[in-house]
Amino acid sequence: MHETDLAVIGSGPAGMAAAAEAAGLGLRVALFDDQPRPGGQAYRDVDRVGPMRGAVLGPDFVEGRRLTAALDDPRISHLGGAGVWAIEPGFTICYSQAGEARLLRARRVLLATGALERPMPVPGWTLPGVMTAGAGQILLKQAGLVPRRSVLVGTGPLLYLFAVQMVRAGINPAALIETQTRGDLARALRHMGGLFGGWGYMTEGWRLLRVLQRAGVPRIVGAHEIAIEGEDRAEAVRFRRGGAQHRLPCDTVFLHHGVVPNPQAARSLGLDHRWEPRQQCFVPVCDAWGEAASAEGGVEGVFVAGDGAGIGGARAAELQGRLAALRIAEGLDRIGNEECDGRAKPLRRQLRRELAVRPFLDAAYPPFAEALRPDDTTMVCRCEEVTAGEIRRAAAQGCPGPNRLKGFLRAGMGPCQGRVCGLAVTQILAEATGQSPDETGYFHIRPPIKPLTLGALAALAETGEAAGTDKTAPGQGDAA
Amino acid sequence: MKTVSTFLSLEAPGPRVRVWLDGAPLHLPRGANLAAALLGAGVNTFRGTACSGAPRAPYCMMGACFDCMIEVEGETRQACLLEVAEGMRLTRPGAPGDA
Amino acid sequence: MDSEYAIIGGGVVGLSVAWGLLLRGRRVTVIDGGDAALSASRGNFGLIWVQGKGLTEPRYARWTQRSAAAWGGFAADLALAAGRSVWVEQKGGYDIQFTEAGLETTAARYETLRAALGGDYPFEILDTAALRREEPAIGPRVAGAILHRQDGHADPLGLLAALSEAVRRAGGRVLTGRQVTGVTRNGAFRLTCADGTVLEAGKVVLAAGLGAARLGPAFGFRAPVRPQRGQVLITEKLPRLLNRPSVFARQVPEGGIQIGATNEEVGFDDGVTRSGLARLAADAVAAFPPLARVQLLRSWGALRVMSPDGLPIYQESAAMPGAYLVTCHSGITLAAAHARFLPDWLEGTDAAPNLEVFREDRFNLPVA
Repeated sequence: MHETDLAVIGSGPAGMAAAAEAAGLGLRVALFDDQPRPGGQAYRDVDRVGPMRGAVLGPDFVEGRRLTAALDDPRISHLGGAGVWAIEPGFTICYSQAGEARLLRARRVLLATGALERPMPVPGWTLPGVMTAGAGQILLKQAGLVPRRSVLVGTGPLLYLFAVQMVRAGINPAALIETQTRGDLARALRHMGGLFGGWGYMTEGWRLLRVLQRAGVPRIVGAHEIAIEGEDRAEAVRFRRGGAQHRLPCDTVFLHHGVVPNPQAARSLGLDHRWEPRQQCFVPVCDAWGEAASAEGGVEGVFVAGDGAGIGGARAAELQGRLAALRIAEGLDRIGNEECDGRAKPLRRQLRRELAVRPFLDAAYPPFAEALRPDDTTMVCRCEEVTAGEIRRAAAQGCPGPNRLKGFLRAGMGPCQGRVCGLAVTQILAEATGQSPDETGYFHIRPPIKPLTLGALAALAETGEAAGTDKTAPGQGDAA
Repeated sequence: MKTVSTFLSLEAPGPRVRVWLDGAPLHLPRGANLAAALLGAGVNTFRGTACSGAPRAPYCMMGACFDCMIEVEGETRQACLLEVAEGMRLTRPGAPGDA
Repeated sequence: MDSEYAIIGGGVVGLSVAWGLLLRGRRVTVIDGGDAALSASRGNFGLIWVQGKGLTEPRYARWTQRSAAAWGGFAADLALAAGRSVWVEQKGGYDIQFTEAGLETTAARYETLRAALGGDYPFEILDTAALRREEPAIGPRVAGAILHRQDGHADPLGLLAALSEAVRRAGGRVLTGRQVTGVTRNGAFRLTCADGTVLEAGKVVLAAGLGAARLGPAFGFRAPVRPQRGQVLITEKLPRLLNRPSVFARQVPEGGIQIGATNEEVGFDDGVTRSGLARLAADAVAAFPPLARVQLLRSWGALRVMSPDGLPIYQESAAMPGAYLVTCHSGITLAAAHARFLPDWLEGTDAAPNLEVFREDRFNLPVA
């Protein structure tokens, strides 16, 4: 089995920066990603973007090339198209690449698995033509595709950025249907005190809104009763604003109301998580270097950086990746304690500045209330096609949490393993049972956290590669 | 298979290669993201769900939602994690007969 | 008094007994754990399995056969009572063997049991060609299989959901998120839970699976049960590929292929291991080569509830009459017996099954 010093899972801004920093300190690094090329979602395929697309996407995107360029270091091996399906304590990384199951031993693991879009269950959200705003941006970044007739629905600065990119590409979205209210903005202004450092983000935000205004892109604020209509694909968005009902025909609907940490790898390792009320999501419990707290029976020596540790955005992720790399290098005796602290100091200062705007953003663009409490008929688990009403009925029948829910409804048991619906299931159950999200808990996540073929797995038994291991994943109490 | 895509391509795509979708030829940009390339070619439905047969298409484009699952050479794969290669044989599981 | 019966344990075993008692008009409360409690019911492989059971104790084979024979009617009644379908299929199952010798040894043991059962043991030996006619996906490395006509499979999660709904509809109370911590008896039983809940009942059935080992002594049971881990895999949903279940693999009604299971003595660790998963995958692919290209979706480890000889324990407490220990590792197979026949034993009616062979003092252990 090959060995390396540090395995970094995810080659977005946190993973790339950590890999480069660690390699610079003399560590051998394996950088995994299920996409073929580095960049993550923030800088998806940035190395292949031509000048025209670069101009549309803007300088913040093209900036990602600095990070991909830094991967050109003999100590870094970038493993693209590699689906990590298990991380064993100790550590052995099990991944599939080119149809084979492969193994790599690493002394330390950094999870840089980034964010997922917050689930936005509204009527019609499973129809073809409905995507996340993140998906829309990826189509633009990676393939240069712009939707002909689209509507952006939800809340948050990402919607403005994506809309402006469409304007620059010459095809305006039909409208922005925004769910935040003026009351949210008023409440958010209480966080202005923290905005010293975040001022750059604020002026950037105003600038985006000005572009949209000049381009004549309509913005509807405070929309509710949102539903997507269509038979076999999205045909229109229906919504209410004030007393009036509206209907906007379109081919493509982009949903977005914030992003949340991708929990799969961290959960599969049994890391402790806690509910973060401001961001309304679970975050792994980590120290200031990103080292995960070692829970009882949990795994030691795991680090988490970037949005996977709590949402902070691409630039914060980069800084967190470098901080984690410093601490890991110190732990492996590449640098001393003083050097580690010394190098960390300016990074921490920048990180504070990067994160200063977050309380304002979280208050100004809260998750869409109707999507947190979907109608009984709205589908929540897309894979197993389970509705919010079924989840509430299960709760009324005594279902205490998400893992028991699998027994009732199979929710979270499909191919996505709860990636899309997990948070929504916890929140609906918590509300129905009167428990907190922490008390309600989350789906137990077990390997494989990415599918692999039985043939690839079986080959491990044939070669004896599987012998002598007894620790692929810690037990988690139930089985379903 | 010729259908109008709901997406426009910003740039003239590079060289195209032939792949097979449900037995019919389709020309897609070589090396492009498979899910994006199919959307760009006007393929609007990727599969029908195993539960109800409801049509689905890419939702997240980042490997999380599994709604872009399609059969590639007889194996179920996430199209958003693959690149277009010459001669790929693609099948849409349980998909209705649209493009 | 709150209830005539308190059932400790809301898994398939406890709920089957509870539903059976409710149908006889008893007032029943079921006490169950929380979201993260160990639960063999939720990790179950789902077989209704006769072959191979009771090879050294024909009365266990009979008890199993009696339950398997009652399963169809039990499932139909349960579906009606719960207002949801209860999937079951009993058209036989295989013990697949990779060597001729293995096939012969197993067949010889089954012959002995068949004789002990007076001939009621409907199995046949299928050679490779005969097996391939039944199961076209079978691979060349398979030597053959024993097809036992009384075997079948169910949907354990669907069964659990239906039982809990039927219990509720029949007027049973189910308290979840509770852990029983103490018991006193002064006429009635008085159970106290960790959260402060107190429950009084005339009789108590301890059906807490592995939890019985901890709670048993308070009722005068030794409850010598230990965990035995089984790792299980399930694949993406597929069109019909397997006709009948085997101990290697079965196709669940939703289409996924479930592959199992390991037998490991690892204490209370219900995790999964690479070696375990890879071995299961290799055996399944050897038996059914088309599975090689199928995506593995999930895996899990679950803990069987094993007694020293692998047989169930049915025992009334000598120290606390009115308290009963009910435990087994085949809760799905025996669900029908637990719902239909065990209540007679608990109620002491003339129809009570003779369960002497399943007393826990067969282990000759000092009762605490």
